[in-house]
Amino acid sequence: MSAELDLAGRVVDLVRRLAGSAAEAEALVDHTALALTRFANSGIHQNVADATTAVRLRIHLDGRTVGGSTTVVDEAGLTALVERTIAAVALTPVDPAWPGLAPAAPLVTEGAWDEATAMASPDERAARVRAFVDAAEGLETAGYCRTVYWSGAFANSAGQAVSGRAAEAAMDGIARVPGADGVARLGSRRLADLDGAVLGGRAALKARAGADPIELPPGRYEVVLEPTAVADLLANFALYGFNGKLLNERQSFAEIGAAQFDPAVTIVDDVTSTAGVGMPFDGEGTPKRPVTFVGDGITLGVAYDRRAAAEAGVASTGHGWPGGSAFGPVPANLRLLPDDAAPTAAVAGPAADGHTAALVSTMERGLLVSDFWYTRVLDPKTLVVTGLTRNGVWLVEDGEITRPVRNFRFTQSYPLALGPGAVLGVGGNAITPADSWDIFGFTGPSLRLASWNFTGGASG
Amino acid sequence: MTSEDLGPRLLRVTHFDAAAAAVQAALDAGARYADARVMHRRSESMSARNGEIEDLSQDEDAGVGVRALVGSGWGFYAVPDMSDAAARAAGTRAAKIAAASASVPGPATGLIPLPAASGSWSSLCEVDPLRVPLSEKADLMVGLTTTMREHGADLAESFYRVWDTAKWFVSSEGHRIDQRVRECGGGIAATSIGEGESQRRSYGDQFGTRGWELVTGLDLPGNAARVAVESRELLTAAPCPAGETTLILGSGQMALQIHESVGHAIELDRILGWEAAYAGTSWLDLAQLGSMRYGSSLMNIAIDPTIPGALGSFGFDDEGTPAAARYAVHEGIWVGVLAGRDSASVAGLDYAGSVRSDGWARLPMVRMTNVGLQPGPHTLEEIIAATDDGIFMDTNRSWSIDDRRLNFQFGCEIGWEIKNGKIGRMLRNPTYTGIGPTFWQSMDMLSSEVTDWGIPNCGKGQPGQTGHTGHPAAPARFTGVRVGVTG
Repeated sequence: MSAELDLAGRVVDLVRRLAGSAAEAEALVDHTALALTRFANSGIHQNVADATTAVRLRIHLDGRTVGGSTTVVDEAGLTALVERTIAAVALTPVDPAWPGLAPAAPLVTEGAWDEATAMASPDERAARVRAFVDAAEGLETAGYCRTVYWSGAFANSAGQAVSGRAAEAAMDGIARVPGADGVARLGSRRLADLDGAVLGGRAALKARAGADPIELPPGRYEVVLEPTAVADLLANFALYGFNGKLLNERQSFAEIGAAQFDPAVTIVDDVTSTAGVGMPFDGEGTPKRPVTFVGDGITLGVAYDRRAAAEAGVASTGHGWPGGSAFGPVPANLRLLPDDAAPTAAVAGPAADGHTAALVSTMERGLLVSDFWYTRVLDPKTLVVTGLTRNGVWLVEDGEITRPVRNFRFTQSYPLALGPGAVLGVGGNAITPADSWDIFGFTGPSLRLASWNFTGGASG
Repeated sequence: MTSEDLGPRLLRVTHFDAAAAAVQAALDAGARYADARVMHRRSESMSARNGEIEDLSQDEDAGVGVRALVGSGWGFYAVPDMSDAAARAAGTRAAKIAAASASVPGPATGLIPLPAASGSWSSLCEVDPLRVPLSEKADLMVGLTTTMREHGADLAESFYRVWDTAKWFVSSEGHRIDQRVRECGGGIAATSIGEGESQRRSYGDQFGTRGWELVTGLDLPGNAARVAVESRELLTAAPCPAGETTLILGSGQMALQIHESVGHAIELDRILGWEAAYAGTSWLDLAQLGSMRYGSSLMNIAIDPTIPGALGSFGFDDEGTPAAARYAVHEGIWVGVLAGRDSASVAGLDYAGSVRSDGWARLPMVRMTNVGLQPGPHTLEEIIAATDDGIFMDTNRSWSIDDRRLNFQFGCEIGWEIKNGKIGRMLRNPTYTGIGPTFWQSMDMLSSEVTDWGIPNCGKGQPGQTGHTGHPAAPARFTGVRVGVTG
């Protein structure tokens, strides 16, 4: 038995001892060791690590529900957590929507563990930063290299008791020339997969190819979005589109069974895939499993935690977050499936990879977009999003990248951008760009889209 | 201050001693400077939805974070354990991490001088929010949503948040400072769902370094019916027209405008490129500090962490610099930045005081404190009366700005036409867009009616940190603004 599972079990036992056997209780124990080496102006300027164990407790007693957490995990700290949570239960209104505890169920996967990643030293992260900086050959660079591991457990009074561990590594950096940045970004379960020299070289190539950009008028353009930009689409689908609570509230665009996407689009959430990030169970103890949200363009489902599932009359899909009742269930490992048959092309320019270059070669006139920035939802129901391009935009004419272009502001409905007939090409290589929040792993290939609504230029 | 108010269970811990042990261990391991913060925080949050409590959580976290400077390289390590042994181990680890930084050195790092100081500070708190009975708070939250539902909201939500933080700071230069910061706030939101879109109207969403009196002073019950009715009316309101017009912003939206297009732009770490890969840089050039025109002569922006009760207030920042007020923009000219001791040293400035961390487990970094407008000469009533043709917008709904803090597009919950000096019909989905200095230079009227707004969710840094910032703001008028951008 892991130390975390023992701790979770002791907390549940303590609740039952102090509140009686009628109390329903669940305890989630999370030990996270996060280390992040950050560089700017081509030098390491912030270098941090922490190792924290936290216990989150939820009690349902006499029809009332209260949650609480602590990082003080000695006996006194745990006793205080349990006592104050029990005391609070008596003072709160009844919770008629309580969905009950997760039943005992086995895990589908144990989690992605890599010892070398979990135990990586500051020197190993610094070595990758050194390689990134050197590969940029004198350009100013900035970014980070991160390693993290989680070891956690869940226990409840309904008999569910599971534990797991996982690791993740990420590197994200830019190289800079006056007026243009180039980016390279990659996440993986293994630090060994991250080659600082390859990423630094790619960022530098993109930066140099972005120098002296021209300004184009706003309007609708055909685009090829690189995986770093596609990850932003997936993040917003995860937060707002495939969120079962928002669907219950009629605030999601999702319409189960409807052909809302192009037939080329299939989107799954799958922590068991090689790109999956995080623990093998959710914050309510429900085992995570692969779920298909969009199959060949048809919306097939959304994510549910236990509360949203009960309201919808379905089962939890294993997407509950600790203390996440108010925001609702969010899938953390969305993956837009690549086209296995997609052709590749040699990468001679700023395109992210050969598959992206192949999509570019089919575009008569449009824009190649590396990255999106500061995207915000204007209306959750239509998922109209505003944001900006960042880290490289190029004009494509007759299948060739001809000129770097200054950044645009856009205002675009994300589901409409991937709607029926709107996806003109899907790349053959799905990539997981490093996400700034280590709990997410959004994976997708480059996409060629018929239209993207750019509503402003960089100068207004 | 002792930790007695925070629970006798922690009295056995000598917090200054733990911080001092961590600092000494870092020095013993080779650091030329070190500081440590022991922090203990209790927090409580409650949210209600459509007549029921949706979430209630009472949380506690405690630990020590150590910062070590070896050569020109920083290292930081944190653990949720304040024993002497754990604190020493953390200090040693921080120095080891700092040593690794030296393998990819950046520009030489120094710290501007800061006299050693001992001090103690507590925020204002008339009514301890954690001592207000849960049943009373729950009744308030549920009642608010019931009222909004009765007045037409499809989705009625209410919430409050409370943080009670004690921290003990020790540095290798002789600082020994403790602070107790109590923060709270809350708000309500009504959403009406139409066939093609949803409309939201909210009120409150206000935070400060104050006690429960802040929440009761908001008069949430007195506004619940109004926001519900307005959210329903918005579904059938006229769409915001597209084009250039005169724009009047309410003080709530002005707070967000200041935060995004001034507060972040004057962060010295951004100006120096330290955030280039993520949060971004700034359009500001240090060579123009003191001479560049940021806005019209009505624009006076102060950096002031001394404002009683504002969310960004403190006695000392998280590297021990005493709170002090200074101008960031004076009569439209850019004159000041948000700085830390190391960034100020690099920039050749002689002041710091704006370094903060969102907890013991995170590295202190340059953050906003209270960044806000000084009062103007007008009133909102006068501004409206003086406007022949324009739009009045208020309450932020969406915000987006580029990585240099120049090109912004903000959406508000509600707008109204202004015709011939009077408020006309309601407008839905109002948005406006612009370029920071152009926008601020177009400000031709500014109200004296300042509200100290608080924003509790400012994201920055890697690993991510959530900052609490204050923004005194008043209604203002801008000319020639592009509005009505749609997808």
